[in-house]
Amino acid sequence: MERRRVVVTGLGVVSPLGLDLASTWSGLKEGRSGIGQIASFDTSNVKTTIAGELHDFDPENYLEKREARRLDRYSQIFMASAIEAVAMSGLDFTSSERLRERTGAVAGAGMGGSDSFQEGILTLHERGADRINPLTITKIIANMSVGYAAIHFGFVGPTNCTITACAASANAIGDATEIIRRGAADVMLAGGAEAGICEFVIGAFNSARAISTRNDDPQGASRPFDADRDGFVLSEGGATLVLESLDHARERGADILGEVLGYGMSTDAYHVTLPRPGGAGQALAMRWAMEDAGVGPGEIDYINAHGTSTAANDSTETAAIKLALGDHAHSTPVSSTKSMTGHLLGGAGAIEAVASIMAIRDQVIPPTINYTTPDPECDLDYVPNAARESHLSRVMSNSFGFGGHNVALVFGRL
Amino acid sequence: MDRPEVESRLKALLVSELGLDEEKITPDANFEEDLEVDSLGVVELLMALEDEFGVEIPDDEAEGILTVSQAVDTVIARLG
Repeated sequence: MERRRVVVTGLGVVSPLGLDLASTWSGLKEGRSGIGQIASFDTSNVKTTIAGELHDFDPENYLEKREARRLDRYSQIFMASAIEAVAMSGLDFTSSERLRERTGAVAGAGMGGSDSFQEGILTLHERGADRINPLTITKIIANMSVGYAAIHFGFVGPTNCTITACAASANAIGDATEIIRRGAADVMLAGGAEAGICEFVIGAFNSARAISTRNDDPQGASRPFDADRDGFVLSEGGATLVLESLDHARERGADILGEVLGYGMSTDAYHVTLPRPGGAGQALAMRWAMEDAGVGPGEIDYINAHGTSTAANDSTETAAIKLALGDHAHSTPVSSTKSMTGHLLGGAGAIEAVASIMAIRDQVIPPTINYTTPDPECDLDYVPNAARESHLSRVMSNSFGFGGHNVALVFGRL
Repeated sequence: MDRPEVESRLKALLVSELGLDEEKITPDANFEEDLEVDSLGVVELLMALEDEFGVEIPDDEAEGILTVSQAVDTVIARLG
């Protein structure tokens, strides 16, 4: 039996560059940075004072007050992106029981409700265990974004949650694709979100020496592949894709934005944070994704890199791309949109999938900004500092997570 | 603290903490049936009441609070 094809019919984004798809995508094309000084808490006790915060995000613009107040910020962000994506798809879940039964969702989160976790611990210490808010658990758990999406929209098909750190929402898109491929659903919401900008998380990432401390130059702090990179920049935000079987999308006359062609996964089995040196693990995920898509290394027109701006990731990913693409590596443009958005952790794979699909739609590659000093270990074409028009048929998006999880997705135009 | 003051502070809590519609909050309103406050919401309300009025409401007493006026009665009794 021929495999069911999976297409994208809706996109939604909430990011430091803007609270919807249009503003985020134009920010990416313009090479804007969404990073600034942290305004949401007093940073005098932490080393890093910069992050990619959302501007003017009000959950009550998307949800009833009663709904919004029961959700952690990460779930509110996911819901905002899901509502935009569903609206774009034109799907109406109130229209038929059959549609509700044949729709599900997979969402990723790196951590879940970090802020609610911090708040609960503070209450425990300051006021005692019996004063912990009764909603604490339901806010913290990393699957509530997807659980609440079903409650909100009313669909009753397969749901799941992927928790593979910074690869989580790439896994969500791949797993949702496979659920449609095997016929268990016709429509899947897929994506993820994170809202980890709080004292606890910033402090913990500082201790791990993972995030940038370029506090005096927030917009220049996320500088993937540049020789002077000093860690990633934590951001909040999320994105949702509406995935559909090609037949389902065609039958209802949906506007098809792109196709999910391939999904590859591998694991480094090496270290809790560091990638396996040489990039063999990451390369394996890229090879599986290309094989799944039925394309060769010369048929990838652009790679949206994981490109975190950490010393270890960017050089290893460069080596991995060379392993996976061979002779084609140097002629394939590679960019990191994290240079502009910062690192959305559990939302990263999803926002980068959106960037990949929009790149194909608009035939333009978003740049790697802040690229000024070449690093000898990073010697590919990183589309430095300005977007580039290009003929794009197939785009690969990489996402790698602490724990050694490697995911690559290949998107195409129909 | 007199009854009208307890009532108005309780009403304000229900609006600000639970996001309820002010017009629906009548003395006879049943939390679960009329105000659609589920079991988690009732726990939240009780904790908010304890904080607001500086009282402690034991679990066995809390179980008997089904309506707005019963909540007011309990707070007044606990305030002594």
